[in-house]
Amino acid sequence: MAAEIMTGHIEPAGTVEGLPGVVTDFASDKQAFPVHWGKAMMWIFLLSDTFIFSSFLVSYMHVRMSSTVAWPNPSEVFALSLGGAPIPLILIAIMTFVLISSSGTMAMAVNYGYRRNRARTTSLMLITAGFGAMFVGMQAFEWAKLIIEEGIRPWGNPLGAAQFGASFFMITGFHGLHVSAGVIYLVIVALKVWRGDFERTGNYEAVEIAGLYWHFVDLVWVFIFAFFYLW
Amino acid sequence: MSYVAIADQHAHMHDPQTFLTRYVWSQDHKVIAIQYMVTAMAIGLVAIGLSMMMRLQLGFPDTFHFINPANYHQFVTMHGMIMVVYLLTALFLGGFGNYLIPLMCGARDMVFPYLNMVSYWVYLLAVLVLVASFFVPGGSTGAGWTLYPPQAILTGTPGAGWGIILMLVSLAFFIVGFTMGGLNYVVTVLQARTRGMTLMRMPLSVWGIFMATILALLAFPALLVSAIMMALDNQLGTSFFMPAIMSLGEQTGHKGGSPLLFQHLFWFFGHPEVYIVALPAFGIVSDLISVHARRHIFGYRMMVWAIVAIGVLSFVVWAHHMYVSGMNPYFGFFFATTTLIIAIPTALKVYNWVLTLWRGDVHLTVPMLFAIGFVFTFINGGLTGLFLGNVTVDVPLSDTYFVIAHFHMVMGVSPVLVVCGAIYHWYPKMTGRMTSEVLGKLHFWLTFVGTYAIFLPMHYLGILGLPRRYYEMGDTYFLPDSVQSMNAAISVAALFVAASQLIFLFNLAWSLKHGKPADGNPWRATTLEWQTPETPPRHGNWGPELPVVYRWAYEFGAPGHKEDFVPQNEAPDGRVPATHGQASHG
Repeated sequence: MAAEIMTGHIEPAGTVEGLPGVVTDFASDKQAFPVHWGKAMMWIFLLSDTFIFSSFLVSYMHVRMSSTVAWPNPSEVFALSLGGAPIPLILIAIMTFVLISSSGTMAMAVNYGYRRNRARTTSLMLITAGFGAMFVGMQAFEWAKLIIEEGIRPWGNPLGAAQFGASFFMITGFHGLHVSAGVIYLVIVALKVWRGDFERTGNYEAVEIAGLYWHFVDLVWVFIFAFFYLW
Repeated sequence: MSYVAIADQHAHMHDPQTFLTRYVWSQDHKVIAIQYMVTAMAIGLVAIGLSMMMRLQLGFPDTFHFINPANYHQFVTMHGMIMVVYLLTALFLGGFGNYLIPLMCGARDMVFPYLNMVSYWVYLLAVLVLVASFFVPGGSTGAGWTLYPPQAILTGTPGAGWGIILMLVSLAFFIVGFTMGGLNYVVTVLQARTRGMTLMRMPLSVWGIFMATILALLAFPALLVSAIMMALDNQLGTSFFMPAIMSLGEQTGHKGGSPLLFQHLFWFFGHPEVYIVALPAFGIVSDLISVHARRHIFGYRMMVWAIVAIGVLSFVVWAHHMYVSGMNPYFGFFFATTTLIIAIPTALKVYNWVLTLWRGDVHLTVPMLFAIGFVFTFINGGLTGLFLGNVTVDVPLSDTYFVIAHFHMVMGVSPVLVVCGAIYHWYPKMTGRMTSEVLGKLHFWLTFVGTYAIFLPMHYLGILGLPRRYYEMGDTYFLPDSVQSMNAAISVAALFVAASQLIFLFNLAWSLKHGKPADGNPWRATTLEWQTPETPPRHGNWGPELPVVYRWAYEFGAPGHKEDFVPQNEAPDGRVPATHGQASHG
């Protein structure tokens, strides 16, 4: 192995046995991963972003577990009165359904992108962005309900621990910003697809890269959903 | 797949023509690197000035009436924060990372030059916000660079109004800007290397910067989150970190927050930050030692794996900064163990540096002096780390001058020595001129001896129990009078060291015009940045063809060659590389 570094001979991928072979394959020249650099960059950005959301969620768990004041019951706080009877978690169920559906339309957009079907790719991306906008709209509705009807504030909360409002608004707000940014990003890429910007190279990876971001935002929502609404 | 690997793409470089696009709004990684370096060094000078104010007060209390206790704490805070984040992180990653990664990997630029440019401007914005905090009502924050709540945002702390919020905003900008640059550095190393440049042939400088950037991308999020939460505590009155507390005789509105949570978040960033500064230094110093000792680096593979191992371990040691914080005592056992395990890869690196020097053809050039100075200082600082990593020894030494001496040796002086050595080493490539050897050696000896005069005595002061961050000691029964004379001596040494940095700056400025013209490869080094067609390299770095790499970066003294080194891009048949010498380019 040591001789290989010095003599100029590069082993073709998959020819070195055992664990050193893994190193040799990853260490191949030109590029470590056979993907467009933009996709690699998005993956690494998402890894970094994962650490941001993890820090937020771990902090939330810490303040919730160390709180001496009772935490509001999520089935009651997040309930919505429809036809006179409160239905627990109904709004959040719809929001989650909308966001998961948007991941489906995004995956279809990626598929049509690689088939170079511009019309379908554009429309599916715009539908995805529309779902995202719907999600943010419903989130605004939920915030308004918590603030106006329940009287919950970042600094206080008539139902119990003050940290409930603080961590809820901070984390869902940060996620909402991610969704809003994603909507803008999707619309931009959709317009580029429509304009035919990617026809020159025939490379529609930009759609997939935007999709990576979108699926990530969805995935983060699943964790926020689990830790805020189901705990 | 219809994409083309970057190394296989055709060159379509066009030099920007106007002064503005060429030097100001430049997307060339070399210009951005120099912008980063100049900005970082400018703000670093401010930090040196602040430390001099601290030393004046400590050495000669009751003498300087313009330094009051509030100012003193502001100086401590801003000195620490600037040095760690805005100087060293920015200089190593934004400066050397930008300059060296594309050149050493054989790329024409970073993969996303526009984002790289924005990264610098956001960094500059962060620095400007930080500087602005000196001038707002109440001045900059005096919370200590660790910004521990609750005192960081209580009204009694200097800068509790504007200062702390500007600090938090500036940090957030820094993190956003750094993330833009950092993504570029990592992806360029991974995806934009030239033909033949495998990861295991990269110079150790690139390895160190690469790993440090990964650490930064994963560690800064914790700082961002804690900055956001502290800003909310401060501005909206939330209680993430703030317990129910009395401030200036009044009950604050906070209740139920956890100050310990901040410490965990902060040090989850803070400890990797030590290695964000140290790993580039490790990498660069390996290259300096190898080139100037005309000998291949000893144990290249082990050096790479040691960098990776240190990087991974640095994420599981953070609570060794918190032995006295009141956390669960059982944590101490775990974190002391992981801390001491880090000593293994670190010691391995030190042995390998020494073994590289052993029987090498050591040239005591200026960069080499700094590199050897680094090895000495790093060993000294590392040894006291063994004291502080053990809970029982750490508890009495916590918050004393011993801690100050330790971290200044290990992550203050050591990386700064590497920064200086690296600037002397790569200055000919950046400007086309050599720096003055005489001034360089003068600068080295004053700095090296001077820093020992400052920090060695501090170990003894710390063992005596002298607490850190105190404005003045007054009459303290356990401190002998000699402590004060020692402090005065340290202050004099500190003033000398600070003044000797002016020699460095003068050398850099003077050599720009009057330095001896350098040829493309004055140190006769093997790595790619010394094989560019022009010096300084122009936009796009290489001629029409990218260099092709045939060997590792440390081919010194190989038999059967005219010279005692073989450039990485020299073909096995001895053919002169296409990009070497006067290449024509269209």
